[in-house]
Amino acid sequence: MAKLEEYIPIVGQSIIDDLKLLAKRLEGKVVQHINSTAVGGGVAEILTRAVPLLNELGLNTKWDVIKGGEQFFEVTKKFHNALHGRIEEIGQRDFDIFMGASAENIKGVDTYGDIVFVHDPQPIALINKRAENKWLWRCHIDVSNPNQKVWKFLMDFIVKYDSAVFSAPSFSRRLPIRQFLISPSIDPLSDKNKELPQELVDSVLRKYEIKKDKPIITQISRFDRLKDPVGVIQAYLQVKKYIDCQLILAGGSASDDPEGVQVLAEVKEKSRQDKDIHILLLPQNDIEVNALQRSSDVIIQKSIREGFGLTVSEALWKAKPVVASNVGGIPLQIKHKYSGLLCHSIDGAAFAIKQLLNSPAYARKLGENGRENIRNNFLLTRHLKEYMLLFLSLYHPEDVVQL
Amino acid sequence: MAEIVKAKEPFRFHTRLHLTELTGLRAINLSQLAELIREVPGSSIYHHTHRFLQQHQYLSPEPPNDFAYWVTEILGEDELGERLSSIDTINYSTIRLLRDRIIETIEEYLENNPLAKMKFAREGEEFYFIKSVSFILPTDYTANDLREFTDILKKVTIDSIYFHIFESRLRLEKNDNDFSNWIGNSVGNKSLAEKISKLDPYTHTLEGLRGNLVYMLERELSR
Repeated sequence: MAKLEEYIPIVGQSIIDDLKLLAKRLEGKVVQHINSTAVGGGVAEILTRAVPLLNELGLNTKWDVIKGGEQFFEVTKKFHNALHGRIEEIGQRDFDIFMGASAENIKGVDTYGDIVFVHDPQPIALINKRAENKWLWRCHIDVSNPNQKVWKFLMDFIVKYDSAVFSAPSFSRRLPIRQFLISPSIDPLSDKNKELPQELVDSVLRKYEIKKDKPIITQISRFDRLKDPVGVIQAYLQVKKYIDCQLILAGGSASDDPEGVQVLAEVKEKSRQDKDIHILLLPQNDIEVNALQRSSDVIIQKSIREGFGLTVSEALWKAKPVVASNVGGIPLQIKHKYSGLLCHSIDGAAFAIKQLLNSPAYARKLGENGRENIRNNFLLTRHLKEYMLLFLSLYHPEDVVQL
Repeated sequence: MAEIVKAKEPFRFHTRLHLTELTGLRAINLSQLAELIREVPGSSIYHHTHRFLQQHQYLSPEPPNDFAYWVTEILGEDELGERLSSIDTINYSTIRLLRDRIIETIEEYLENNPLAKMKFAREGEEFYFIKSVSFILPTDYTANDLREFTDILKKVTIDSIYFHIFESRLRLEKNDNDFSNWIGNSVGNKSLAEKISKLDPYTHTLEGLRGNLVYMLERELSR
């Protein structure tokens, strides 16, 4: 795992100094993160990288995980889908299962932190054992249009916390507690984002038999309808009429997801006639994803819905011009025509791709602006800073805090 | 080269870090935007007129404020967008006055363009009102004269420059920026203080502003 000093060449000494200043103000406090899994998923990924760095800064940071049986996690999966706006049959039995497992966790989990930082809905009911300590609830999912039954159920817990944290402004609603906006982040030193030698990038292209003889357009995403891979192919075909180019659609394996298998089959069917479309199944190969992004001329993220869309940050960090849908957290990462191009339709995406391929200087400028935007706002160091400010806000209710 | 004057009081550099607080309030058209601008706390007006400076500090020249950006890009009201982005923020010494000017600009426009009231943002593209919570911390850097001040200015974070130039003047309602105050009153160099006061910091990127300040200071030191 990377050490703090390794971030200095990327973000500058002064940013690391600021983190140290903040950590000093939290001296003596114990921050306890609680979520539902130690491995897999975005939350665990961020905590794996953030917890050691916070400890290195001198902030006593712990991480505990709740327990739950198969039934509990089936229910919380249903909650997750329903909060994303999907139609789910949720009955009293589901709520009873949730409360049963929560009661066990309330008994079994020691909430010793001066600040208890609960992530996502699974451990939310732990708030019922709140003592004099401070409690935070971090919602990592898109709740812009949640199932009201589930949201109401969760609200009974949310209002007991000191503050809540969301990833995008559109996920917020009027609440009787303070709520903060903290975006997720990418780690510039992870395999997915670190600098790669050109030979390695070239070897990945060779492995997948992709020649660099014409511009490459890439979308990195699961084969999921919400990522609209078929729409990406249609946009590419519109571009292809005027500019000879190639398309890479690369994403994780979809074998455990019946709908994913169907989407992948449709994508393959649509691309059968065109040898310039490369469909790549990459089972969690971060270095290869990194190499494909680096070898692309334009990166596209044509999602229909998006929790945050960190693939956009990953692409911008590599100074690539990006065309992406104006949904979820994407407009936070791209200001239209400043640090990328936003679109609302297949035609719009095709037009934007053409603009970028035909105007390399403009494309380069957007990519450079995008990289600076990510450096200033979406790297792990910013995330650590905001977490520490969040902890401090628990002890300072005012808008201007003199420390 | 003139002798370096020791300041009456040393200048302690501070930095300002901010956390973004959500209000849950959103506007879908211009009438609602004006109504909510009237209601929201000053820290929200401050956020939406200054966020771009910090988040998009590499953009130049003069990135718009959030209101102007939304009105132009989402509602397609370019003329109002231009009027909002050209509000001369440096002329307003309090958030209250700035807020009044923004409301006035929108209301005037609506009076002359009543059809603009009929434009609505699509779902997900509403204007979300956000607040800035500032945490002000002293840094380890202290300057006793202009030479030390210039050397430190080259290496402090842009958050520190931002704090002393923008936040201190407008949000803490001091009449001038901290640098001019110190150079004028403590170093006693009124003409340099005035030159710095006359800079319109809203038309520079933060790094550009740092470069400009350093240039002015070094010229002064080499006289």
